[in-house]
Amino acid sequence: MDLRYTDKQLQFRQEVRQWLEAHVPDRPLASFDTEEGFAAHRQWERTLAEGNWGMVTWPEAYGGRGCDLIEWLIFEEEYYRAGAPLRVNQNGIFLLGPTLMEYGTEAQKARFIPAMARGDEVWAQGWSEPNAGSDMAAIRCSAVRDGDEFVINGQKIWSTRAVYADWVFGLFRTDADSERHHGLSKILVPLNAEGVTVRPIPQLNGLPGFAEIFFDDVRVPDFNLLGGEGEGWRIAMATAGFERGLMLRSPARFQQASKRLVELYRSRQNELIDPSIEDAVLRCYMDAEAYALSTYQTASLLCGGGSIGAEASCNKIFWSELDLLIHETAMTLLGARAEIEPETEQDVAELGTWLDGYMFAQSGPIYAGTNEIQRNIIAERMLGMPRK
Amino acid sequence: MDSTFTEDQKTFAEATRAVLTGEVTAERIRQRWATPSGVDDALLEQIKGLGLNGMLVPEALGGLGLGQTDFVLMAQACGYVALPEPVAEQVTVVAPLLVDVVDRGLGDSSVQQVLDDLQSGSVRVAVAHPINPMVNFAESADWFLLGHGEALYLAAAEQVNLRPRKSVDPSRRLAEVNFDARDAHCLARGDVGAELWRATLNRGALCTAAQLVGLAEAMVDQTVRYTGDRQQFGRAVGANQAVKHLLADVAVQIEYAKPVIYRAAYTAEVSPDRADFAVSHAKVAAARAALLATRHCIQAHGAMGYTWECDLQIWVKRAWALAREWGDEGFHKNRIHEWLLRPNALLGPDFTFGRRSITDSSEALESMA
Repeated sequence: MDLRYTDKQLQFRQEVRQWLEAHVPDRPLASFDTEEGFAAHRQWERTLAEGNWGMVTWPEAYGGRGCDLIEWLIFEEEYYRAGAPLRVNQNGIFLLGPTLMEYGTEAQKARFIPAMARGDEVWAQGWSEPNAGSDMAAIRCSAVRDGDEFVINGQKIWSTRAVYADWVFGLFRTDADSERHHGLSKILVPLNAEGVTVRPIPQLNGLPGFAEIFFDDVRVPDFNLLGGEGEGWRIAMATAGFERGLMLRSPARFQQASKRLVELYRSRQNELIDPSIEDAVLRCYMDAEAYALSTYQTASLLCGGGSIGAEASCNKIFWSELDLLIHETAMTLLGARAEIEPETEQDVAELGTWLDGYMFAQSGPIYAGTNEIQRNIIAERMLGMPRK
Repeated sequence: MDSTFTEDQKTFAEATRAVLTGEVTAERIRQRWATPSGVDDALLEQIKGLGLNGMLVPEALGGLGLGQTDFVLMAQACGYVALPEPVAEQVTVVAPLLVDVVDRGLGDSSVQQVLDDLQSGSVRVAVAHPINPMVNFAESADWFLLGHGEALYLAAAEQVNLRPRKSVDPSRRLAEVNFDARDAHCLARGDVGAELWRATLNRGALCTAAQLVGLAEAMVDQTVRYTGDRQQFGRAVGANQAVKHLLADVAVQIEYAKPVIYRAAYTAEVSPDRADFAVSHAKVAAARAALLATRHCIQAHGAMGYTWECDLQIWVKRAWALAREWGDEGFHKNRIHEWLLRPNALLGPDFTFGRRSITDSSEALESMA
């Protein structure tokens, strides 16, 4: 155990900080769930890519810097410290990217990764269906082979970013006679293909953050099959591992939010506040640090050649409930003004983005496998309790 | 930056855990309850052979020269088996305090002698820190390190008065310790005394935190076994989601308390004067996990969980006690609160490990203390 950054790591932090200070937009971008905001966020992805900061863990050949996971955490810490825009292509860079690296052919990597890194192709995800939510193995959307093409029919739902995105990746049933997690394949589909209809679904904040996607005889070349036919479930589980694990919700996000919470608390100290707030503020700060320390531990383990065990299924519960507590506490501190939708600069200065974050925090315990499902996974796979 | 334990650390901890698991069974713990001293002398002889008491003593003073990080997994193992004897405290609290005294040239040669005897296992030493109203296993101690205000005293057993107090945990042997400062050997007072007591408190809280998380792990393991065996409605009780979720909730708290405790151990080792925040964080997180474990594990045991017969009580009651020893939630949360609200506190994602590291003493870091 040596909790000191190396000189190289400190230099890296400095380099990231300087670049971000010079490039992060002065004003926050509009939400990427609006047309204007989506375009602005895509532009930001291009800016990142020009500096080779799009995905620092990727090999240099794909626009990355070949960084290890500790450097990744440092990058993320600086990224959130700088208040840089959210990653509009997170489905691509954090979920599909690592899967392509592991399971894609050289030709697929060359075709998809650079375009993803440049923000030219922004990805949506297509897991859930109307009758396959938590029970993802109930997927029915079919992809039938026809020569060197697949013909896709069916429907996906809760497809994040699909309204403005360019591509969707998802699981499709390629073997019509198969059941459950057999006979599924991972296929990449352009959203401008003939037969694709995207119907936006407004989220709790009124913006179309996800969508339904209807596939009506959509033809894609079998080049778009990622991994083997029928291998979809195994590959999806690997992706879900990335999602719940290190990449999607890095601790820096919650550390920065809990730092802002401490500042909000300090600024309100003279007002009459709920006495339990002090405890909640402390808990948020401590838990955000605990999540960071745990992630450093996992990163160190992986850097040393180890692998993540079943205990990683604790991650998602911990950060999603932490995110809720941070925002609930902020709402309590804001009191009766918490409900105000900020409209002017002064509103934003006074109320921050807590309301928006509070709404988003409601989704944390639901997406990427509900926390109830996660608790089952912990009980059965980590603790070894009986399945039935 | 490497947050993992070395192979040596893991191997040593595993070996200690194996010995403890074999020797410290629920049955033998219950046997101790029937004895006046509550101590298993045969076990202490065996532990002596492991050379633990001098583990954190520098080589120049006859020890192994290791640090808190090397022992923290073993303290966790002591908690896992609910070891009644204060072995972890002797290693991580008593010996380092004696070392501090010797290092600073305080007191006379009797201190070095007590340290030597502690290492050889021929004497037991108890610490009466002002934050703890009672001392555990005071009656079997040969020497006492005593607090009076900021002052630190050394006294022999015959120089102190003990008023035994019965603990809810039958494994504990508590006593209030009174002494006449005029009879005792004063080792330090004023700022030096305060500094020694503060470092001691941090070591005690760290040691307790590590044991608490070990206790929590053991409670979960026992409950997983029990609910896997016990059948109702034609299937194992543990197959019900409601029961699974009780234990999953504890597992999550344990999983996120551990890295916090390990950082506290590292900080207490490399930068003891800046360890307050890390240690208090560890104690709060560990107590939270352990107390949640007591509630959820009793619940999952059903009526059995409320019986004297069920061994779970050994772990539950220890957790109740340790959660408040070496500073209760109020004490530690107040320290954290004070730290967080300093105007120049280094907060945010880039300061998890201080400015450059926990040992970095550049000026701005003084607020990390």
